[in-house]
Amino acid sequence: MDIQAELIEMIDDLFMEDITDIMDEDLYNAGILDSMGTVELIVAMEEKFGIKVPVSELGRDDWNTGNKIVAGIKGLKNA
Amino acid sequence: MMQGLIQWLQSLPNWQPYGEPKYFAFLLAFLIPIVVAMFFGRRLKIYQSLVSLGFIVVMYTGASYHQLFALVAYVIWQTIIVFAYHAYRKKYDTFPIFAGAVFLAILPLIFVKVTPAINDGNMSLLGFLGISYLTFRSVAMIMEMRDGVLTEIKLSTFLRFMLFMPTISSGPIDRYRRFEEDYDNVPTREEYLDLLEKAVWYLMLGFFYKYVLAYFFGTILLAPLKVDALAQGGFMNWPTVGVMYAYGFDLFFDFAGYSLFAVAISYLMGIKIPMNFNQPFKAASIKDFWNRWHISLSFWFRDFVFMRLVFVLVKNKIFKNRNVTSGVAYILNMLIMGFWHGVTWYYISYGLLHGIAMVLNDAWLRKKKKVNKERRLAGKGPLPSNKWTTALGIIVTFQFVMFSFLLFSGFLNQLWFHNIK
Repeated sequence: MDIQAELIEMIDDLFMEDITDIMDEDLYNAGILDSMGTVELIVAMEEKFGIKVPVSELGRDDWNTGNKIVAGIKGLKNA
Repeated sequence: MMQGLIQWLQSLPNWQPYGEPKYFAFLLAFLIPIVVAMFFGRRLKIYQSLVSLGFIVVMYTGASYHQLFALVAYVIWQTIIVFAYHAYRKKYDTFPIFAGAVFLAILPLIFVKVTPAINDGNMSLLGFLGISYLTFRSVAMIMEMRDGVLTEIKLSTFLRFMLFMPTISSGPIDRYRRFEEDYDNVPTREEYLDLLEKAVWYLMLGFFYKYVLAYFFGTILLAPLKVDALAQGGFMNWPTVGVMYAYGFDLFFDFAGYSLFAVAISYLMGIKIPMNFNQPFKAASIKDFWNRWHISLSFWFRDFVFMRLVFVLVKNKIFKNRNVTSGVAYILNMLIMGFWHGVTWYYISYGLLHGIAMVLNDAWLRKKKKVNKERRLAGKGPLPSNKWTTALGIIVTFQFVMFSFLLFSGFLNQLWFHNIK
């Protein structure tokens, strides 16, 4: 499974929201992510992808859509 | 020599930030060279630092000269901690040292906040106007260094950031990385003209808020209402309800007015400090309210207290249920904010009340989501969400917030426990 599919499944598991068709939508504005959800997502991503996402990095500007999070995970995996 | 310095400081006039029209006249006059240079794409770093230092010194002159010594000692203390942790973090990353650094950075503030509660209301000698806001800045830096997102710091920028004059006394609370980027880059002429335009507007709006509206609510309305309320006494009375609204509006217009001044003066210096208020009385829920009220503080608590608490709780699987996790974190977060305001029963219960409100707000959002899902499966439309439900949300939020401000004001403490009729 690729990262995008895994992220979609993760968000579905955590927040019962399917973001397949809204990968470019702001997840905070859509009411899917909030500060609580952000941390849960960080912990889940750490476990799943073996990456360390700093809490202060997952800002609302650069990690706020599905596609941006996928890009962020790829960036951290290759770092 | 020390004696001479103290006498000189005592003899100087004392000017509180944005306290009187004369302050603006002098400040704006001193800012003219900075503005002109900005317009030509240059930042007068040394001149700006000297002007800033001058205006910082006159905040702590006269009878409060000892605050200047407290400030100097405090800045040396924070500089040592931040730079020592920075050096350590380059090589190692352990939790005890990180926690120790945060604790040492907060320690002076703890002394200052706890001293009046255990020493008959006397202030700690370590205290000075603005100590909280400086602490927020340095603690955030230590946390971002631990995260590995803040890797390079410069002593000169650090001192300018900590002692940034427009926001030194009461914020807005900036972040180091954001500040540094603004400071190292001069805005283009177009951007700067835009900042100038906003600065002029914010100054005028600030004057209207602080010197017209806050004066009206805080001085003309509030004072006689307090007298009436205390004269009637008892547990609750109508003038106290008046005190509640008058105080709430006074608090907003006074603080929002101050914040507008701080933002305007920062803009004139080409620093795009974050806004502190966004029409908080239009908030349709308590969560919405905290995205609009004292924003730089509530976001600081969100990023450096709430999210980190949640992280520890989730990572270590302390609670099975995620709603318990977020609830505990909300209550602790708001309680800490209450303690930060001061160690009194009314500040702490103000924090607790807001924590409970956040939990209830979240519970309602979950309930709504669940009901809407069931309705969708049953082929029905979602629960109504229109201008009437929004209006209801605004009204309920506003009344709750005003009540919490009455608690915050400490007036109930006077009415219930110290009413000498």
